[in-house]
Amino acid sequence: MKAVCWMGKREVEVQEVDDPTILSPGDAIVRITSTAICGSDLHLYDGYMPTMEKGDILGHEFMGEVVEVGPGVKRLKVGDRVVVPFTISCGGCSHCQRQQWSLCDNTNPNAWMAEKLLGYSAAGLFGYSHLTGGYAGGQAQYARVPYADHGPIVIEDDTIPDEQLLFLSDIFPTGYMAAENCDIKPGETIVAVWGCGPVGQFAIRSALLLGAAKVYAIDSVPERLAMAEAAGTIAIHDDEDVLEKLRELTGGRGPDAAIDAVGMEAHGSSYDNLKQALKLETDRPYALRQSMRAVRKGGVLSVPGVYGGFLDKIPFGAAFNKGVTFRMGQTHVQRYMPQLLSLVESGKIDPSFVITHRVPLTRAAEIYEVFTEKRDGCIKVVLDPAA
Amino acid sequence: MSLSTPPPDRATATSEPVFRSKIAVPGNRGIKIVRSCTIRKPAAELYRFWRSFENLVAIIKHPVSIARISDTESHWRVSAPGDHFVEWHAVVINDEPDELIAWRSREGADVENAGTVRFEAAPGDEGTEVTVQLEYNPPGGRFAALMAKLTGDEPAQQVAEALRRFKALMEAGEIPTIEGQSAGGPQRTARRKEREQLQRKAAS
Repeated sequence: MKAVCWMGKREVEVQEVDDPTILSPGDAIVRITSTAICGSDLHLYDGYMPTMEKGDILGHEFMGEVVEVGPGVKRLKVGDRVVVPFTISCGGCSHCQRQQWSLCDNTNPNAWMAEKLLGYSAAGLFGYSHLTGGYAGGQAQYARVPYADHGPIVIEDDTIPDEQLLFLSDIFPTGYMAAENCDIKPGETIVAVWGCGPVGQFAIRSALLLGAAKVYAIDSVPERLAMAEAAGTIAIHDDEDVLEKLRELTGGRGPDAAIDAVGMEAHGSSYDNLKQALKLETDRPYALRQSMRAVRKGGVLSVPGVYGGFLDKIPFGAAFNKGVTFRMGQTHVQRYMPQLLSLVESGKIDPSFVITHRVPLTRAAEIYEVFTEKRDGCIKVVLDPAA
Repeated sequence: MSLSTPPPDRATATSEPVFRSKIAVPGNRGIKIVRSCTIRKPAAELYRFWRSFENLVAIIKHPVSIARISDTESHWRVSAPGDHFVEWHAVVINDEPDELIAWRSREGADVENAGTVRFEAAPGDEGTEVTVQLEYNPPGGRFAALMAKLTGDEPAQQVAEALRRFKALMEAGEIPTIEGQSAGGPQRTARRKEREQLQRKAAS
C-alpha cells in the first residue's frame, strides 16, 4: 500500500510499504477512504517532537471501512464504516472507565519511555512518535487499528459524506472539549480563542454551540480570522495589543475563559524562535503566555494546543495571583464521538467548512510544505488515499 | 503504594513484616528491587494467574522458560548475554491465597534470588495494588549488575516491564505491541522480519 512516511525534519515521502496485518487479537484492519493532515502533524514535520524514526507512517485523523478483524473483536465487523479516534484506548483500565480515554494505562508499548519524560505514560496515539507508542498512522491506504472494540465509531447513515464525519477523529472533539472545559454559562461567558487553525475553528463553533455570550478569535493569518468571523466571532489581529484590546472589549474584566489552540509552535516571539533553534527550549509558548495574562481573575485557561516538553518564561505568577484554573490534555475522543456525531446527523454543524485543500495522498510531500508555511490559504488538508 | 510498604533498602528483619525476612538471600548482600502497580481486577484473579508460575512467561519480556515441577516448585531458565543462559529451581516458601506468594531459589542456583508478590486492595474502585519485591545476587557481583544496567537488561527494568505487561494483560486482555507493523524507509525490513517471526510463532 501507499503510506506517508516521516523521513526527517521537513521531509515526508509517499512510499510503497507492506499492507498491515492483524498483530493482536483486538486489532482490526481498516481500508482508509479519507485521511487528513492535522496541525499537530506539523510539530512532527518541523522536527519538534522527539522519538520520531525514519520510516514512521504519519497520520491520526482517518476513517474508512473495516476489512478484517482479529479473533478478539466482538463489536466491529467487516464492512462497517468507521471513524477512528486518534487516541488508542484499552477500555479496561480505570482511566478508560472514567472516560479519560487519552490517559489509558495500557496501550503505549513504549510506556517506559514516556514515564521517564512525563512521570507516567498517557495513551498510545496513531502516528505520533515512539513516545506515544510508535503506532503506524492513517495517512495511508490501510491501517491496523488496535483495541478496535474501544475506539472506532460505526456510521450507520451512508448518506453522510466522509468530509462531514472525518473530523470526529480528532479536531472536532478536540475543539469541543476545549470549549466544554471553559465552563460556559449560556448567554454569560466570554471566551477568547488563541489560534484560528482547525482546532481553534472547532473550539470557536463549539463555544458558540454551548451558548457563549461572545467569542473573540486571535490570529495573524487573515483567511483564518475571516473563517472565525464567519462563525460569528470578533476577530483580533495578533499585531494589535491583544491584552489591551481584550480589556477594552470586555469592560475591563478580561475574557472569562481563554483557549490556547496554538501549542508549541506559536509565532510572534523571536526570543522563543532563537531558544528553540538553539535547543534551549523545546516549545514556543507565546500564545500560552499571552492567554495566561489576558484571562479574567478566577477564569479558566483551556489548552487543547499540544505541548511536548519544557517551556520557558511562563508567567506563572499571573496565573497564581488571578486564581486561574488550568484544563488541558489530549482529547478523550471516544467520550465525545457519539454526541458530536448526532450534531452532524441533525445538521447542527457541517464540519467540512474547515477544508481548504483536497489532494491525492500521493501529493502529501508538497502539501505538507504548503500547510506548514500557511501558503495558498491552507487551513485544512484532506488526502484521498485512492487517488 | 500503601504506607505500610517497606522501603527497599532497609532489611532489619525485626521491624519488617515476617515474610520480608524470609525472602532475604544468604548474607543479605543481594540487590533489591521493589516495584508496584495497580490493576483493576480482584486480588483473587491476579493471585491465581501468578500462582501458576508458568503463566509468567507471558508477561516477562526477556526470553525465559518456566517449567512446572510441582505445586510449589518450578524450573527457570533465562537467557543471558552471549548465547548463555542461567537456571534455577524456585520454591514457594510462603503462600497466602489472594494475598501473597513468596519464593526462593534452591541451592545451586546460577543466580540466587528470592521474591514476593503481594496483592492488596486499592482505595475505591481502583482494584488491587500489586507489589513485587525481588532480591538477587548477580553473578559477577555488583559490577556485572552495573554493566547489565548499561546494556538495558537490568532486572529492575524487567520487573517494571513485567508488571506493566501483567496489568495490560489482566485489564485489556492483551499486551500492546507494534512488532511487525507496516513501516517505510529503513524500518521496513526489520518490521517485516518481526512479522514473519510472529507468524511462525503463531503457526507452531
